[in-house]
Amino acid sequence: MQGVAKRYGGVRALEGADLAIDAGRIHAVLGENGAGKSTLIKVMAGVVQPDAGQLLLDGRPVAFESPAAAHAAGIACIFQELSLIPDLSVADNVAISNPPRRFGLIDRRAQRRMAESALARAGAEDIHPLALVKDLSLSRRQMVEIAKALARRPRILILDEATSALTAADVMKIYSVLKRLRDEGLALVYISHRMHEIAELADDCTVFRNGRSVATYPAGTKSDREVVELMIGREYSAVFPPLAVRATPGDAPRLELRHLGWNARLDDVSLRLHAGEVIGLGGLDGQGQRELLLALFGVLRGTTGEVLIDGRRVAISGPAAAKRSDIGMALIPEDRKTEGLMLAMSVRDNLSFAALGRLSRVGVVDGAAEAEAVARMVRLLAIRSDGTDLPASSLSGGNQQKLVLAKWLMMAPRILLLNDPTRGIDVGTKQEIYALLRQLAEAGTAILFYSTDYDELVGCCDRVLVMYDGRVRRELAGAEITEHALISSALNIGDDARSARAAARP
Amino acid sequence: MSGDWPYRLREHRGTLLAFLAFVVMFAIYASNHPVGLNANVATTAANKGVLLAIVAMAQTLVVLTSGIDLSVGMVMVLANCLASAIVVGSPRSTALGVLAVLGVGCLCGAINGLIVIYGRLQPIVTTIATGAVYYGAALALRRVPGGDVNASLAEALTGQLPGGSVPASLALLLGVVLVVWLPFRHSATGRAAYAVGSSELAAYMSGVPIRRAKFVAYLLSGLLASIAGLFLTCITYSGEASAANGNTYTLYSIAAVVLGGVSLFGGSGSAIGAIFGALMFRTIGDLLFVFNLDPLWQPLFQGVVLSAAVCLGAVRLLRMRNRLDLYG
Repeated sequence: MQGVAKRYGGVRALEGADLAIDAGRIHAVLGENGAGKSTLIKVMAGVVQPDAGQLLLDGRPVAFESPAAAHAAGIACIFQELSLIPDLSVADNVAISNPPRRFGLIDRRAQRRMAESALARAGAEDIHPLALVKDLSLSRRQMVEIAKALARRPRILILDEATSALTAADVMKIYSVLKRLRDEGLALVYISHRMHEIAELADDCTVFRNGRSVATYPAGTKSDREVVELMIGREYSAVFPPLAVRATPGDAPRLELRHLGWNARLDDVSLRLHAGEVIGLGGLDGQGQRELLLALFGVLRGTTGEVLIDGRRVAISGPAAAKRSDIGMALIPEDRKTEGLMLAMSVRDNLSFAALGRLSRVGVVDGAAEAEAVARMVRLLAIRSDGTDLPASSLSGGNQQKLVLAKWLMMAPRILLLNDPTRGIDVGTKQEIYALLRQLAEAGTAILFYSTDYDELVGCCDRVLVMYDGRVRRELAGAEITEHALISSALNIGDDARSARAAARP
Repeated sequence: MSGDWPYRLREHRGTLLAFLAFVVMFAIYASNHPVGLNANVATTAANKGVLLAIVAMAQTLVVLTSGIDLSVGMVMVLANCLASAIVVGSPRSTALGVLAVLGVGCLCGAINGLIVIYGRLQPIVTTIATGAVYYGAALALRRVPGGDVNASLAEALTGQLPGGSVPASLALLLGVVLVVWLPFRHSATGRAAYAVGSSELAAYMSGVPIRRAKFVAYLLSGLLASIAGLFLTCITYSGEASAANGNTYTLYSIAAVVLGGVSLFGGSGSAIGAIFGALMFRTIGDLLFVFNLDPLWQPLFQGVVLSAAVCLGAVRLLRMRNRLDLYG
């Protein structure tokens, strides 16, 4: 195996990112949400093409126009559960990119041997090669994903949060597999937010921030504290309305969760949300925040634990039940295009959907009441459109998001759940949304707010619950909510971070 | 290996269930037939069954890629009209005629495939449109029913195998399975077609040749539909541009695919299952006949059986933990 080097410069989500990976080394990539890690992998795997800059493989420039091209060059990528085909067997999946052939047809025996050896290399001999992938649990699928990558005999192996779905026993196996591969001369790129994994595995580390690679250093030469310092440093782009100082309400919380659990994705989540309070959900992407909101909204089946509204136990069977007036819950979904709006329908129709029950008499929509309510909402949120009869798709992204908010505000919710509502919208609209949230909270709405943007959590929330692996790991309140504290608790490096915060204060 | 059979059973569950259901139905049919199962009864039943079975196989290929082909019936009708004009005369001209008919079938399938792949149109819309075009071509060839077919070819395909009482059409069906289906199923392209139908995103990320898989599936679908058209010509000794016939076979092929355990979402099932689905669907109709029920009940009865089969397929929805997956 020859030495491998790569270099980029200037990609949009990535800006002038540089990364050099050597054979026989494990290179860890770190960074907070939106730092450009996933774009980086997509470029290397041929999923997206860079707008500028170049990739060098063994010193020669290469361009991958598709994942197939990247495979051919010896780059294998392990995503989180993205590339397995559910209806095919494990052996079929392991051999999918290049099945062994005899007389033009797939040689099932050779394929079986190939799958067995790949599974053995990944330390997953317990998985039967003929089992269908859709019948396997998430952690087993992840092992198949790893076996599949190994079966390609790659020269460069990229792992993106590859251990997030694994059991502890599997993680240990994977560690030894990865170390063996390194000794065999592979170049490994390891993306993880688990600092102890990086400490255990990595030879080199690169920290990304705002799409740039800000530092590369040999593993073990920087403390967790210094790493966190490197990851911080986003410029403030938004101004937040001042937090109102409120007395702690003594009465029963509007929404209370006791030991909520769901599959392996949510574990023992408890929280108390009072009227007029804004609680933020923090942590890295995909730590169960989205599932928590969906569970509250009655979308998930088989949740455990209790949900209490105004101190009364309730079972919410779905969005239709959640919006009933005694619960009064609204969820602003993360994907406004598919879950939030019917894009082809008019602005007016979209606005009145959630509140149609309130606006109709004996099942017939009261046109005048509807028109008035719609006009009020359009004014309140300053939705800029050329008319409420135009389709929702004609609005800009920011105005579409306001439309989703307005749609749910029409029913005057008592509890508002927000799933990353400002992702991908412009700064001006963001400001308006912050002001609106504050206004709603002052009017007594209880707000649970998930955001991947740490600034927002700092600026908008009374308290922040930081989630990690489906659990609430830390609760920050008031002045404790700083970007520093959010990042270090998101990475679950509690003690060191706490001392770091103490040190950072004058 | 000894531990393999539960997994093999799981993989082929749909096909096996279709096979068992067919065997049960056929046993009831044969044991209650007034004349009993003699060679002529078997041959007539087989001819009708095989015709639908081949169209169902054509449908399966497209359904596996999570598409649907609403033009299969029309390709069959077009092939029927063409065959009634050119599969005649000397053995040499008959053979050339057969090749031409099959070639036209491949062409129809290729057109469907190219539009779906490069036009990025939904298969359902594409094949409604092309189906109308193919029917128009059939109508241009045969304004009124008529034509002829080489009689020795027709007898060889629709009669009995020499020296026995086995219907020749079953041999034709076996031949189609051996020459078209099995090579496809065990080729890398066939594997890719399953992958595309199961999860196109995952297939893309795995570097699977998506376009080639879809193209070959549509091409072979057209080929099989034209084989069905040729066979239809041999049964009727004539060609007829009948829209009703084409549409009926299209819809029945979808029913057969569902009964045969092929998932309409794509990626799972096999053409063998669809064959038994088709034979089952035909037997349902014939059951009414042997029990002396009014043939008017046939559509109702077939509909009930089909609904029951679809309900069985929906059982998986009860196991979903995240309701959003229902709509995904």
